[in-house]
Amino acid sequence: MHPSTILVLTLLVGSGSFLAGLLGSMTGLGGGVVLIPMLTLLFGVDIHYAIGASLVSVIATSSGAAAAYVREGFTNIRVGMFLEIATSLGAIGGALLAASVNTRWIGLIFGVVLLHSAYMSLRPPPRDVDGANGPSRLAKALSLDGEYPYEGGMRQYQVQSVGAGFALMGLAGVLSGLLGIGSGAFKVLAMDRVMKLPFKVSTTTSNFMIGVTAAASASVYLGRGYVDPGLSMPVMLGVLAGSLLGAKILAHAPARKLRMLFAAVIGFLAIQMIYNSLRGTL
Amino acid sequence: MTGSRGHSLEVRLGGLLRTGVLLAALFVIAGGSVYLVRHGGEQPSYGHFEGEPAAYRTVAGILQGVVNLSGRAIIQFGLLVLIATPIARVATAGFGFARRRDWTYVVICSVVLALLLYGLVSGK
Repeated sequence: MHPSTILVLTLLVGSGSFLAGLLGSMTGLGGGVVLIPMLTLLFGVDIHYAIGASLVSVIATSSGAAAAYVREGFTNIRVGMFLEIATSLGAIGGALLAASVNTRWIGLIFGVVLLHSAYMSLRPPPRDVDGANGPSRLAKALSLDGEYPYEGGMRQYQVQSVGAGFALMGLAGVLSGLLGIGSGAFKVLAMDRVMKLPFKVSTTTSNFMIGVTAAASASVYLGRGYVDPGLSMPVMLGVLAGSLLGAKILAHAPARKLRMLFAAVIGFLAIQMIYNSLRGTL
Repeated sequence: MTGSRGHSLEVRLGGLLRTGVLLAALFVIAGGSVYLVRHGGEQPSYGHFEGEPAAYRTVAGILQGVVNLSGRAIIQFGLLVLIATPIARVATAGFGFARRRDWTYVVICSVVLALLLYGLVSGK
């Protein structure tokens, strides 16, 4: 699709971004994973511009959502701050890497990450387990252990495998900087499966960190001229509006069916991205 | 810090994030309106990557453009405010930890802040 004027393109991109933000916030996977295939495949936008615009929208949505979550008391700010060292380092590295990596490779890696997200979104959220392995020394030194609201009271939890979680977060940061996504799925994976944080603590702390991670790579993209104002404007406003609405209607939506739909959409987009990357038409 | 002990800091961080995003969105809307009125009828060209001119990628260039009421520069300024929002959040958390004499976390916040500021100046 190649709209004839900037005004038409702005309206179309804005509407598409609104839908991406809506789906992203209702499924908890973020708008970036739909946004970049939409911009590159549908509107023929160069992937570098698409990534720049997506990163900016990621900051907007995660900051908006985090503002609500930190008040509820689930977010573990210490864990978030400590792991942000890893994600920021990775994000800057990924953003610098994006300049020298071939567009086809970026598209290909993106497709694989999309497939993984599709798969993950179909799995049910795991049940919380009590820390059976005993406290981690690093977690103690950094006083990472916390508590969260549970059935009217507060429930304690202990943080495990801090080193492995830190390394995985570095990888999440690289993917975020290279592909322009929040990589929330990887952050939740690291905190929930590896560090054994309660699921709700993992998702809210992940959201808390996404803004800083995206800001680290977005500033590199901005400095290198990958953030186009004319394109980023409808993307940022559309995604932000969509995700705000999504958060409002989330409570009434059939979550399971929605996730199935979302998994089908991003699975389809993943195959398109991989196909176009291999053909060299991205 | 998820207990009542850290609650005031959490409320402050939440308020900061909300204000930053709102402010950024207002600038982007204002700049976008100017841009569309002036250039809405032109042909778009995002298919080939050329990179933005210095006026849209350096802080000095963007500020100069805002003074000249360039729509695109005002959008970029809004995006700068947006990028600055999580950075300000890290700084605020750092001050919060300093007030509690939690020096380990003051150091952690400072490292993250240094990385973010490096990202901001690395492009030139």
